[in-house]
Amino acid sequence: MIEVKHLSRNFGAVQAIQDISFEVQKGEIVGFLGPNGAGKTTTMRILTGYIPATSGTAKVAGFDVQEQSLEVRKRIGYMPENPPVYADMTVDQYLNFVAKIKGVDGKVRKSKVDEAMEKVGITDVGKRLIKHLSKGYRQRVGLAQALVHDPEVLILDEPTIGLDPKQIREVRTLIKGLAGQHTVILSTHILPEVSMTCQRVIIINKGKVVAEDTPDNLTARLAGNERLVMEVEGPADAVTQTLQAVPGVQNISVDRANGDGRIQLTVESSAGTDLRKELARTVVNNGWGLLELRPVEMSLEDVFLHLVTEEEEVAN
Amino acid sequence: MRNFAAILEREVKSYFLSPLAYVVIFFFLAVSGIFFYLILSNFVEMSLRATMQAQMYRMMPPKLNVNMMAIRPMLHNMALFALFFLPLVTMKLYAEEKKTGTIELLMTSPVTDSQVMLGKYTAALVLYTVMLALTFVYMIFLFIYGKPELGPILSGYLGLFLLGGAYLAFGLFFSSLTENQIIAAASTFAFILLFWAIGWVSGFVSASVGRVLEYFSLIEHFDDFAKGVIDTKHIVFYLSFIFMGLFLTYISIQSARWRGAK
Repeated sequence: MIEVKHLSRNFGAVQAIQDISFEVQKGEIVGFLGPNGAGKTTTMRILTGYIPATSGTAKVAGFDVQEQSLEVRKRIGYMPENPPVYADMTVDQYLNFVAKIKGVDGKVRKSKVDEAMEKVGITDVGKRLIKHLSKGYRQRVGLAQALVHDPEVLILDEPTIGLDPKQIREVRTLIKGLAGQHTVILSTHILPEVSMTCQRVIIINKGKVVAEDTPDNLTARLAGNERLVMEVEGPADAVTQTLQAVPGVQNISVDRANGDGRIQLTVESSAGTDLRKELARTVVNNGWGLLELRPVEMSLEDVFLHLVTEEEEVAN
Repeated sequence: MRNFAAILEREVKSYFLSPLAYVVIFFFLAVSGIFFYLILSNFVEMSLRATMQAQMYRMMPPKLNVNMMAIRPMLHNMALFALFFLPLVTMKLYAEEKKTGTIELLMTSPVTDSQVMLGKYTAALVLYTVMLALTFVYMIFLFIYGKPELGPILSGYLGLFLLGGAYLAFGLFFSSLTENQIIAAASTFAFILLFWAIGWVSGFVSASVGRVLEYFSLIEHFDDFAKGVIDTKHIVFYLSFIFMGLFLTYISIQSARWRGAK
């Protein structure tokens, strides 16, 4: 449905994105993850035809975003980071106007507008002026605007920003519900959002794609070594030395050593090994107290930080 | 066509939903009304004095031409007032959308940049037409109490329409350059003033340069309309001025796209 090949975009001397390529299948929900300024918005703006790319091609539903921009725009619903609403119109008037310029036929316009309002839960504010609405409602009007012409592709730039927790959950459920009939690309820098709503994640950093997979695969693939957190009561030096000698242990780091004799350690071993029994036995045999022993799962957050930091090291 | 109509409708509604249209119309009518009163009372006084003089010398009272002595200066005044008020009409057209980000909606919807531009321009023309139409009330008074010629009035209004259209086209252009409405209005005003007054220096430069400068003067071309002469060369001048303004607007929008600026 969406096909991006070697896309680059410069703003003067600044390279906002460099050689980005990815594909999105029909009905998929894909998350764009990246720190602020990574190039998420730029990529989305190119896909929606707002700005042209410096080089590379992008196709939406088989149409080139540059050459057949109007055809692409007909098929895209786009919500920019700041909802593009006219403050001096009522919600009804505004959505009606958007439906008109999106080419929704006059006969079905009213029902389409009602449908979109119902989907995002703003039916009760139809007669209100947009300038009198709260940020959360404006955000939802912005979302309704993207949905009103029932587009094949939805591009949402930080769709949950500025919403309260209840609304965030509602919007996420809504987006999940769109999978199948619509293809969705959403950008965010909130990590749990991606693992909750998206089937696939594209991590962008400094204008480049650094990883692309399902959230589960990403965490599994990049987790690498098994890690265990231990809390032991005993002399710090002796404990680390003894544990280091346990076969299979690759690395031990002391996270915290309070004066009270308790130390917290992180033990790393190669992927697929489970050293919990060995470690526990060693500690107990030496007469120390084992207070805690648990495996650490690498969260998406860790993966993200891992990738982003790695990238920084390469750049330096 | 439907896209153009949708943009036009929204812009016109937005004018009349906000106080802007009413404020501009009110002050335009108020200032023109005051000047109409002053010009007319001056004219009445002059014709009264002329009649009395004629009676003293036992001559026929002279027929003073209301078209020449009242309407023509009035049309010139209105052309000047439009110079002050029309930058306020166009300043928001692009600047406001850039500031609030709604331009992103228009530029990612299946409408062309020229449809958006022409919709906005036509909306400004509609508001200006309302302003002009309301001043026509003043002319009706002249018809009640006198016998002015209709022809020169109509040609004068055609001239005002074209002149104002030129102001609006460049107002649209300056609005497309910035997201600050004050800057848009101020630069429009300065630009039009320059092209208004450019003919004044013709006395100080060589004759050939002077003629060129005079040709570019916006107001120079208006005088014939006020006199009742509709000359195609003036129409062509104003239309090309309008075309130039719209063309520059189009270029500026395209350039903003390529630069990725708002």
